[in-house]
Amino acid sequence: MKFRHLRTIRIIISLLLLIISTFLFLDFNDFFSTEFISGFFYLQFIPSVLNFITTFSIAASGFIIVIITIVLFGRVYCSTICPLGILQDVIIYLSNKIRKRKFVFLKARNFLRYSIMIASVGLAVFGSMVLINLLDPYSNFGRIVSNLIRPVYYGVNNLLAGIFESFNNYYFFTVEVKDSDLLTIIFTAIFLVTLIFLASTRGRIFCNTICPLGSLMGLISKISIFKIKIDEKACISCRKCEFVCKAGCIDTKNKTIDFSRCINCFDCFSACNLNGISYKLSLKESKKNNSELSDKSRRKIISGATLGLLGLPFILKAKSGILPEKLTKVVEQKTTQVCPPGSNGLNHFTEFCIACQLCVSNCPTKVLQPSFLEYGLKGIMQPKMDFYTSFCNFECVKCSEICPTGAILPIELENKKLTQIGIAHFIKENCIVYTENTDCGACSEHCPTKAVDMIPYGNNLRIPEVDSEICIGCGACEYACPTKPYKAIFVDGNALHLKIEKTKQKSSGKKVDYKEEFPF
Amino acid sequence: MKRRDFLKKGINAGIIAGTTMSIGSYGKIFGSPVVNPEGPYDMVAIKGGEPDFMFDRAIESLGGMKEYVKQGQSVVVKPNIGWDAVPERAANTNPKLVARIIEHCFDAGAKDVFVFDNTCDEWTKTYQNSGIEKAVKDAGGKIVPGNSEKYYREIEIPDGKKLKNAKVHELILDSDVFINVPVLKSHSSTRLTIAMKNLMGIVWDRMFWHRNDLHQCIADCASICKPDLNIVDAYNVMMENGPRGVSIDDVVAMKQQLISTDIVAIDAAATKLVDLEPNEINYIVFADEMGIGNRNLKELSINRIIV
Repeated sequence: MKFRHLRTIRIIISLLLLIISTFLFLDFNDFFSTEFISGFFYLQFIPSVLNFITTFSIAASGFIIVIITIVLFGRVYCSTICPLGILQDVIIYLSNKIRKRKFVFLKARNFLRYSIMIASVGLAVFGSMVLINLLDPYSNFGRIVSNLIRPVYYGVNNLLAGIFESFNNYYFFTVEVKDSDLLTIIFTAIFLVTLIFLASTRGRIFCNTICPLGSLMGLISKISIFKIKIDEKACISCRKCEFVCKAGCIDTKNKTIDFSRCINCFDCFSACNLNGISYKLSLKESKKNNSELSDKSRRKIISGATLGLLGLPFILKAKSGILPEKLTKVVEQKTTQVCPPGSNGLNHFTEFCIACQLCVSNCPTKVLQPSFLEYGLKGIMQPKMDFYTSFCNFECVKCSEICPTGAILPIELENKKLTQIGIAHFIKENCIVYTENTDCGACSEHCPTKAVDMIPYGNNLRIPEVDSEICIGCGACEYACPTKPYKAIFVDGNALHLKIEKTKQKSSGKKVDYKEEFPF
Repeated sequence: MKRRDFLKKGINAGIIAGTTMSIGSYGKIFGSPVVNPEGPYDMVAIKGGEPDFMFDRAIESLGGMKEYVKQGQSVVVKPNIGWDAVPERAANTNPKLVARIIEHCFDAGAKDVFVFDNTCDEWTKTYQNSGIEKAVKDAGGKIVPGNSEKYYREIEIPDGKKLKNAKVHELILDSDVFINVPVLKSHSSTRLTIAMKNLMGIVWDRMFWHRNDLHQCIADCASICKPDLNIVDAYNVMMENGPRGVSIDDVVAMKQQLISTDIVAIDAAATKLVDLEPNEINYIVFADEMGIGNRNLKELSINRIIV
């Protein structure tokens, strides 16, 4: 009886967390500070591990806390912290409202789950985030909110804005959904539909079969000090606990619980009227638990992992040359994808980004867009900088402040202004000044460093010229260039970000005599 | 629901207003006599004071804001809010000046004063960091978004040579009074941006202008969207690297201001402030030749005030 309140506490915390997490992927109004956002995702496991590797800082130690809780009490994370886990609980709750289902004990699919886990980790170690990006729960949650819910959220906002504006009230304002990668949306939608199907028919089977993080935590929970166990004396095999177990890990026939699959939702505590199920100290039993993994399944795991690793070179090889031959040879020969300031360059970025799209959701200018395969398979769905849609605001470092994995490392604003993420290239043959013989200069107008300047071009005209020494690759020129379909100026990414010299500008020193007569 | 009524009147109202303006002589829009004994002036040029103080003096010599804004009218003030830059950089109109103009409008009996721009940088940051959003709110005005195409309505430009039609912000079309408040700046493609160039911020598709003879499009737009009053902020002036500017070193404190109903004349005068000739700026020449205004400053009655 004494453990019953745990379920209530779990539900309150998890719902609060789900609501705030969702909001952080929807907000466009800077409602929360960047410190809050990065602090809020502190405990997210995979982001924290990656952030720890990239920054070695205490601020990235969240995963250690998570591991400690698992060692103590098992996978509390999966029902309380993991947003995708909580989302599944909501789906299960709602589907139960529609049609009541009884869960039953499911056999562990150890071969599958550990193969996926080992392959995910293995690929990540070798620099391909493909499986992590496809399967990580936090990352998928982010994409569900960012790609599927955010457009709806914007739509409702815009509707409200329209209504209020007709009364001359501008409290709400219209936001355009500028980012939409169709393939990413399709993938996310398929993922969500699958998740809804799995959750409503088989509970948390995703977490115990597919999720690499769930499998890893399952392994750790084998050594948990406190485990949830059935009191064989008290149990009357009424199966009430089994029927509510979303993880399908309670075997009432044998009165055992597969704790490696238990997600610590505590529903069983509440279901049992006889106090027959509770946390028990579990130091002596570790030996027995180990033997649960039979030699047979051990072999399966190893062979599965080997298979996964064998696939590795092929997957790595699939990394295509960054942008495929979409563009003609005359114009816009982009060889390298541009990744945001703070990410140091392509390798660092693609190796640590899990494509959660928190930065995409929060980018004020929406220059950060979801990609699909532009970084190759290893960087599937990671954000790219799309200068056809927008450009990187000179005064902004928001993505670097909120990135939970350290794929975009924190960067000072002054430092960002000197970081060259790419270089602008001018295509004279496309330029209005050359083709139309009229002034244009939209590119130079937008350039924050005047790396794109206008030089005399006869006939009182002026034409752009790029000084690559002071170009930071923000893409403002490319965005502003009015030519169609190809731009007359474009940014090609730097595989490794560089530093530009701080432009030494001297004050014009012009003295104005405020008493002097007007020149007219 | 007066504004809704305006919406119903729609494009026609805007066009009629605009055309009437272009036919009527500047300076006497509302027909009332100017009280200033030395007036009426076509233009006021003032130097040596703070932006708000200079505006007080200058508008007074034109008979006060009540010459332009009548009791119960709605006013749209269009500053240059192009760039995410602090006021000291002078990339945007001075917020103190914008605030003071709004106060004068309300003193003259304005019902509503709206302020917007179609910004170049991300608009919420630009409104915020330019200091204009706060200045407008503090002065009691309404800061309005210009970031979505839905705010813009298509109008015909009968006199346009390159720009035959454009989508113009509904506030410009629906408000009773349009006050244009540009900042004088260097400009990488048109040499200078002043009053006529500031009208690029009232349309949705600027890129069309860039593709189709920028100077002519600027003049074309001025042929229909004629402000009732132009106030050029030349307090801090970006002398080079405009229109965005690179640093505060681009800026010279010139402490000047111009006011006129003639958008061509005010551009010509502002050009001379930075040692250029109006004839060097194509859009000024085009607009003058189209009869939108007068670039010959010698033909104008100018009140020159040195504080």
